[in-house]
Amino acid sequence: MARSDSRPRFESWGRYPEMQAEVVPLHWTADYPLAKPPAAKQLVVGAGRSYGDVCLLENGTLIQTLGMDRLLHFDRETGVLRCEAGVTLAQILDFAVPRGFFLPVTPGTKYVTVGGAIANDIHGKNHHVAGTFGHHVLQFELVRSDGNRILCSPTVNASWFAATIGGMGLTGMIAWAEVKLRPIVSRQIDYHGEKFVGIDEFLTLSRNAKAEYTVAWIDCVATGKNFARGIFMQGEHTKEPGELKKSPQPWLSFPFDLPAVALNRFSMAAFNTVYYHKQFPKQKTAKVDYEPFFYPLDSVLHWNRMYGKNGLLQFQNVLPHASGREGMIEILKAITRSGLASFLAVIKFFGDIPSLGMMSFPQPGIMLALDFPIREEVSFDLLERLAKITLEHGGRMYSAKDARMTAAQYQTFYPQWQEFARYIDPGFDSAFWQRVTGRRPIDE
Amino acid sequence: MSKGKGLPSRVLALGATSAIAEATLRPLAESGASFFLVARNAQKLSAVSDDLLTRGASAVTAYVMDLDDTAAHPAMLEKAAESLGTIDLALLAHGVLGEQADAEASYAAAEAILRTNFMSAVSLITWLANYFEASRQGCLAVISSVAGDRGRKSNYVYGASKGALNVFVDGVRNRIDRSGVHVLTIKPGFVATPMTAHIKPNPLFAQPEQVAKDILGAIRKRKDVIYTPPFWAIIMLILRSVPRSIFKKLNV
Repeated sequence: MARSDSRPRFESWGRYPEMQAEVVPLHWTADYPLAKPPAAKQLVVGAGRSYGDVCLLENGTLIQTLGMDRLLHFDRETGVLRCEAGVTLAQILDFAVPRGFFLPVTPGTKYVTVGGAIANDIHGKNHHVAGTFGHHVLQFELVRSDGNRILCSPTVNASWFAATIGGMGLTGMIAWAEVKLRPIVSRQIDYHGEKFVGIDEFLTLSRNAKAEYTVAWIDCVATGKNFARGIFMQGEHTKEPGELKKSPQPWLSFPFDLPAVALNRFSMAAFNTVYYHKQFPKQKTAKVDYEPFFYPLDSVLHWNRMYGKNGLLQFQNVLPHASGREGMIEILKAITRSGLASFLAVIKFFGDIPSLGMMSFPQPGIMLALDFPIREEVSFDLLERLAKITLEHGGRMYSAKDARMTAAQYQTFYPQWQEFARYIDPGFDSAFWQRVTGRRPIDE
Repeated sequence: MSKGKGLPSRVLALGATSAIAEATLRPLAESGASFFLVARNAQKLSAVSDDLLTRGASAVTAYVMDLDDTAAHPAMLEKAAESLGTIDLALLAHGVLGEQADAEASYAAAEAILRTNFMSAVSLITWLANYFEASRQGCLAVISSVAGDRGRKSNYVYGASKGALNVFVDGVRNRIDRSGVHVLTIKPGFVATPMTAHIKPNPLFAQPEQVAKDILGAIRKRKDVIYTPPFWAIIMLILRSVPRSIFKKLNV
């Protein structure tokens, strides 16, 4: 599809697939449903930080809520914040950190909206102790395209609550939500990093980890004796009172699309080697600011341009513990064999806390997330292979990170999809949902 | 007048649900200001009130009215002065872009634009100028537009409403400046707001937060007139200096 169309384009963070839609900014919850209802299907979107096509709709209307950025109430005693759904996690941090509060769950970027965090039931480095974002949402208001307003909580309209948490934005427009923040006494994180080589060392470290936040970076390029090397990172909010000021605005922005050849096997291998050796000793303990700990990539705005105008593909899956070790080894081998490298691959244990969302991604087991540049054939073949391995090992893939799953794969990963479909707003649809229900072919 | 870095602490906002007003009021709320907010839509005004209170406003009074109703202005303004105690800052932020094509076709459409952007402002400023002159302090900040600098065929009715406003505010400044009252004319260019949502985005578009920052800076520094973002001063200087014989042939 040509990129020359003059209509404003809405891209997902992976910039793939490309789709045209009418983008309508929504600044007020009171202005929904729109005075002029869309002729075709609609989808409410936030910051466009999901990677694949959950936030896209070819020839539809995308209603973007970034203008709905009002904080409606904050209780300093309980940490409960009520805000409109277009508020980003970055805006919450700017507000909450100086008041001694932090997000209960945060993904690897703070530039997602609260609506998006609910719709994808996001998780973070504390999944094993805190569950997903949905566990910290006390209530929200869902507005259907016919104007019907539904107050949802775990006890009131509980089935709508469950369908909307992780419901990929398909159940209607989230107007506002109440989120319970957690107290902190400092911006600082007590950090501990430990190098490992091989999946077994990673598994041992994960089993013995005590910290609130754990995640590992893993080198997906190295082979031989360095196969599956990485750094296991743990962190806790420090208990030593310290500075609680707002973060400065990032000043670096990736200025242009890098030519697709720039990220190749060699530059990626070099990056991974440097990253691995950045930490000299096998173990390192330090106090670090929360920004680099949680959001290493947010300091460069538009970092996705690094992947060139073709965009990037994400892959994220979880495998149950029983088959996780073998499955992950198979996946890592498939990646190194493909010659396609990933910059920041992360691997982590998900905890046992059941997600509240009907369609939420996390389940107990080992989670792996990585990104690839898009190269004809190679990338799609590899993703196909990884999806197969995931299927064979009883795992599942994450809709917010996916652009390539087939309908058959999705329906095996999420057998409850038909039950969920009953909650979809009749005026809503998404490119993702069209694909995984077999109504849109995956382009080759 | 202030606790936070020379910023006003008792603020009257007219057209408080406009995107530029909201962005300007938020930092004031964070420094603990109190507000009297006026707007047409009760639901939207209530969302803005909640937002400012949550961010740290010490008090917010919401007043729902259509500012086209000039007869009702004095009652509202007296209520504002009474509820705030003293007005430190009056921000005029209400306005409509209107439909140029409609305004060309019918006087009624043109009059509606002039009534909202100019006549209602004249009514408010008349009261406020006398109020500030008597209290010998305060800041009257009026959001105008670069469109008021020269009549263009594409939006001259809106432009005329803002041009007339500029002249009026200039005159008021010349009258009450000597009483210690700060009168600020704000001329934004394209700002990404609901009012401009239908205009195709171009590189000249600014975010309301950026414009708000310029406005608060100008209030602190007691500037007379600002263009925001500042590059519009250069664009308008060029646009104003194009000879009429050429300008009338241009497609702007």
